[in-house]
Amino acid sequence: MKPLKVGCGKPTGSKVGKPQKEETERKETEKNKGATMTAIKVGDKAPDFEAPAYQGGNFGQIKLSDYLGKWVVLCFYPGDFTFV
Amino acid sequence: MAAVASKYKELQDLGVEIFSISVDSHFVHKMWQDNELSKMVEGGVPFPMLSDGPGNIGRIYGVYNETEGVEMRGRFLIDPDGVIQAFEVMTPPVGRNVSELIRQVQAFQHVRKTNGEEAAPSGWQPGKPTLKPGPDLVGKVWEAWKVEEAF
Repeated sequence: MKPLKVGCGKPTGSKVGKPQKEETERKETEKNKGATMTAIKVGDKAPDFEAPAYQGGNFGQIKLSDYLGKWVVLCFYPGDFTFV
Repeated sequence: MAAVASKYKELQDLGVEIFSISVDSHFVHKMWQDNELSKMVEGGVPFPMLSDGPGNIGRIYGVYNETEGVEMRGRFLIDPDGVIQAFEVMTPPVGRNVSELIRQVQAFQHVRKTNGEEAAPSGWQPGKPTLKPGPDLVGKVWEAWKVEEAF
């Protein structure tokens, strides 16, 4: 985990190497489409991303492609303090 | 998440890195860890908890719900080449099965170790018979593998 400077702003995650403009355009066209917006398939390369993270008392930055060579499990979930 | 945390050692022994991701900020992750998760499992969640506030990552992976502004329960298993080998996406009210995740990791690792020469049939667990796909197996699975092996 790379160190993350803790300021008053709220850093967020994003796809690696994707221009911000394109991301915004996609957001517009895919609004109100429900949960399945990208046709991600097994056998595809996992899209790379970078995101701020909390681990063991520290804040840091995680980049998926730094973990090539290892098995990785991504667990998305609805939110902290939810019940299940 | 506490359930995954409680099996972290087992997953690490299999060489698996875990990242959890939600739209909560990393600050909220800290509060959840300090105030709840650490009381559910000793030491709390040991793996990095990622923050995806605007749903940028969830959107790419097809698990972000635009209407509700949250990410569905999506679990993606990625191999050392960065290829997605398995995923499972569920709506919020039902939790995942960590034992099934571990079983899938073991099965995919076994298949990879054999360079794909062996396949793991339904319900396969280490020690159970695998199948060796090839011309000789066509129409003969009923001889090589019994349904009872799936359970």
